[in-house]
Amino acid sequence: MANDDIWILGIHMTKFGKHPDLDVVDLAAEAAMGALDDGGVGIKDMGVLAAGCLMMASAGIGQQLQKQIGQTGIPVYNVANACATGATALRTVIMAVRAGECDMGLAVGVEKLSGAGLLSGGSRKSDDDTWTRHGRYGAVAPVDGRIGTETMPGVFAQIGMEYGHKYGGTSFELFARISEKNHSHSTLNPLASYSKAMSLEQIMGDMMIAYPNTRPMCSANCDGAAAAVIVSDAKLRTLDPDQRRRAVKVSASVLTSDPWEESCQVLPDVNTLTRNAAKLAYEQAGVGPEDLDLVELHDCFATAELVHYDNLMLCPVGGAVDFFESGATWRDGSKPVNVSGGLESKGHPIAATGIANVWEVAHHLRGEAGDRQIEGATVGLAHVIGLGSACGIHILEKAAG
Amino acid sequence: MMAEKGLVGGLRARPIRATSSTWITTGNVGYGQGHGSANETSDERGGDQLSDQITLVDYLELGDDPHLVANECRACGARFFDRRNACASCGKTEFKRVRIAGDGEVRAFTIVSFAAPGVPVPFVAALVDCDGTSVRANLINVEADPDHVSLGMKVRLATYSLGEDSNGTEAIGFGFEPQEAHDNGK
Repeated sequence: MANDDIWILGIHMTKFGKHPDLDVVDLAAEAAMGALDDGGVGIKDMGVLAAGCLMMASAGIGQQLQKQIGQTGIPVYNVANACATGATALRTVIMAVRAGECDMGLAVGVEKLSGAGLLSGGSRKSDDDTWTRHGRYGAVAPVDGRIGTETMPGVFAQIGMEYGHKYGGTSFELFARISEKNHSHSTLNPLASYSKAMSLEQIMGDMMIAYPNTRPMCSANCDGAAAAVIVSDAKLRTLDPDQRRRAVKVSASVLTSDPWEESCQVLPDVNTLTRNAAKLAYEQAGVGPEDLDLVELHDCFATAELVHYDNLMLCPVGGAVDFFESGATWRDGSKPVNVSGGLESKGHPIAATGIANVWEVAHHLRGEAGDRQIEGATVGLAHVIGLGSACGIHILEKAAG
Repeated sequence: MMAEKGLVGGLRARPIRATSSTWITTGNVGYGQGHGSANETSDERGGDQLSDQITLVDYLELGDDPHLVANECRACGARFFDRRNACASCGKTEFKRVRIAGDGEVRAFTIVSFAAPGVPVPFVAALVDCDGTSVRANLINVEADPDHVSLGMKVRLATYSLGEDSNGTEAIGFGFEPQEAHDNGK
């Protein structure tokens, strides 16, 4: 008998990296058609489309995509939610299917970022020739660089340092070793933007961006897209055995925003909303962190990965440093984290990330992850953070039979 | 500092507008509510200007003892440096202006080496805990390297000049400097 379960029927990600000959819609189309093929369905089977491209948030990427792969007249939701845009698109489709508005839908995230530099705080206007107050702080001149930093490497550096101040044990080298792990993992991922191992010396000796984050400790700007086909339990039961066998269960789909905390006006709090999302997700899925066989979390910077070990409750409160030092998060450890190479190495085409991390987990649960397969994986978690803030978490489970 | 003066020094003059003094000296509650229109006529300029200075942001107040101020929610005590339509913590709309402690402790920092063109690097950006209120600021009067800056370092508010505009008005910014010069040694 059918129930409320939601399934991923098909899922696809493009190679992440430089795609000078493909435009944003080409990449989105490649991912969308790949996901439909993977699910053994067509665009005419889709009852809803949610799409995101953060750098073109007002461009109607969903309808642009339809012009290339099928204008079927279905509702389109163009979503933008910072780095959680892909997860938000996915969740939008999940909500539509769960609400019974349709039995299948398509979520797509795409971005072209090759060659992009700093995405925030990347430009500063020159000073006016008269000091005149502007904005809610009544600032007479640009404040980036004068009152702290607006750059993402700098913001997330402070987030990691704040954890170190609270619990101790952090150092430049510790953060660099997290990056070393992810770059090492990426050597097994043919779709990663960068798939070369980097030594600790190389990482620490590279160009400093915002101490303690050097360049390889920052997420890699690149081009890429990912897409997923969502199906209801009732519909899945009518499909072929092979489609059912490869379907991956979405045990939890959660989106949170940042609740007020004392210091959040001066340094974004990425911790509370992640912890809230994780609690909800574990509750929805009926699993705990101890049940996870692999985790793809939002390592937009090496300093961010550390705090999310704690936020996702993979370790005791305050225990993220010891947890990492134990080797748990390496692919041969007890709780592999970012076996794809993560954002630092696989890359971070923003709106694609929140579906690409689900693709990675789904790939392992299907037993199709090739050389980097985590053997016997049955449960996994995918997490993203969009600053501002939004947190998306999906917990996935292997099909029962 | 000198470089910043250089930036504005050669700019073209514009018609004189009301500038700084009224904004600096008014300590009224709810300063965010329409201060722009209330102050943008030259009639508002008092004859008793302290000086031709303006603060970088309107939550910095000068005088004998420069300090930061915040809008504190009268209902729940949440503090905001910008104006809020309602409190982000509890939704209430009454605020009072409160003084922020000038002494603090560095709770987080980064040393920014790569920033937008026009932003001098390296600089130290920090989260400073001022007696329970978190403040974002640069650490100044300290070398921008990890040997001279540390978590938990005791700091105090300090001001500096951003230079003068075409009317001769000097903008004053703020940062936090080490409380003890000896901290610089290790």
